[in-house]
Amino acid sequence: MDLTLLWQGLLVTLQLSLLSIVLSLVIGTVIGVMRVAPLAPVAVFAEGYITFFRNIPLLIVLFFILNGLPASPIGLRLSFFETAVAGLSVYTAAYVAEVVRAGLQSLSRGQLEAARSLGMSWVTAMRFVLLPQTFAAIIPPLGSVFIALTKNTSLASAIAVPELLYQSRVVEARTFNPNILLIAGAMYLAITIPAGAAVNLLESRMSLARTRR
Amino acid sequence: MRRGLLLLAVAALTLLPACAARTGSSGGVPRAAEGTSLRRIQDRGKIAIGVKYDIPTFGYLNPRTNTLEGFDIDLGKAIAREVFGSESAADFKQAVSADRIPFLNTGQVDLVLSTMTANEERAQQIDFTDTYYVAGQSLLVKKDDAAIGGIRDIAGKTVCSVSGSTSERNIREKAPQAQVVLFGTYSECVQAMDTGRAEAVTTDDIILLGFVKDSPDRYKVVGGQFTIEPYAGGIAKNNPELLAAVNDAIKKLKSSGEWKRIYEKHLPGVPVPSNPPPVAWQDVYRMQPTGA
Repeated sequence: MDLTLLWQGLLVTLQLSLLSIVLSLVIGTVIGVMRVAPLAPVAVFAEGYITFFRNIPLLIVLFFILNGLPASPIGLRLSFFETAVAGLSVYTAAYVAEVVRAGLQSLSRGQLEAARSLGMSWVTAMRFVLLPQTFAAIIPPLGSVFIALTKNTSLASAIAVPELLYQSRVVEARTFNPNILLIAGAMYLAITIPAGAAVNLLESRMSLARTRR
Repeated sequence: MRRGLLLLAVAALTLLPACAARTGSSGGVPRAAEGTSLRRIQDRGKIAIGVKYDIPTFGYLNPRTNTLEGFDIDLGKAIAREVFGSESAADFKQAVSADRIPFLNTGQVDLVLSTMTANEERAQQIDFTDTYYVAGQSLLVKKDDAAIGGIRDIAGKTVCSVSGSTSERNIREKAPQAQVVLFGTYSECVQAMDTGRAEAVTTDDIILLGFVKDSPDRYKVVGGQFTIEPYAGGIAKNNPELLAAVNDAIKKLKSSGEWKRIYEKHLPGVPVPSNPPPVAWQDVYRMQPTGA
């Protein structure tokens, strides 16, 4: 059986996942920090962002960026691949923001107060004192969010991105063999299970480093 | 006296459904043998037919009236009338290109009338009925597009088609230099062209003409036909009784002039061929393309 298309699809799935992980981590961290900011409008905006994207189907976000944005006054027209990365990133960023917020709020208030009394601004305290401690603690929940993102990349098949599911549908239509989907499923597992194991390994390393300190 | 009238009315009311039921069952083919799929459909009283919902000429859910219309729809109703005695026995379900064969093989529909090209590969998966239309693949472009005049102009251009269609395979074969993108439906392809992400949409001319019919000021079909696509109904394998009944119905429709009537109704301006297409799809491939 010719699996060339499936391997090509797997490569696109990996590209989609990695790009969206990086982008959603950046956007999500910013939104998460904004969510706990002492400035009400900033916190309210972040809360609105999180509520909106956590409660809307991703497919709607994708179709809107695809067909809605070019017709809107903004007139933004992204390629199929860019649409998928943008949709996955802004959507997943809401989940990352919630994890970051929970991590920040789990730290003792004394951390922020100590940093502030040393003369650090709120932003500097976040950047150099609170966020580094937070990231060490939130690796497992972030890992789950990114594994969910990797699975969500399959929705990009609906907007003509030639990723793994899209290519397996092409092969399925040519060979009339629905078992292709099992192979595609195994390829997804081959990404997500090792990714989960890597997250666990990273977590135990981090907690080890902390107890040694 | 009054009571007599009342009794008469009651009697009439109770008899009415009985009469209706009798006239209903008078049409159609005789009951098939127990255990056949034809018999199961007869017992159910409904034949599930997979059609398209987004092809203005063949299978289209009209958003203004919320009813299905098109060549495949009228053909399905006529087959339901011939085989089961009533047009309302036709129970239409949406079957996009990639769903057609899986839906038949998993029994979700009994018959597919969904702009389906009969070919050797598919004939290994399902059985085809008599041919009822001959289409040919062509290109749809924006009305103001002067760069694409035919298949030789699309090298390096982005062309949209539907996954699981013969059009997808044909375009890769006939224009290997073109960039092919795939959606689930042709309407999504047209949308991709509207938003500038594809330069042309390719599939059978008659599907494309449906979009032109809908928005003549926005699109045009160019380049004539570059393939031959015999349309036939699809039925899951090992259902000889159902296949024979549907084929008899199609033959009857062709000879009674109803086929011509459906053709003229849904494809106005397209000349009706002097003879309906050959019975066997294999014979259609021996004909010559009509276009450039």
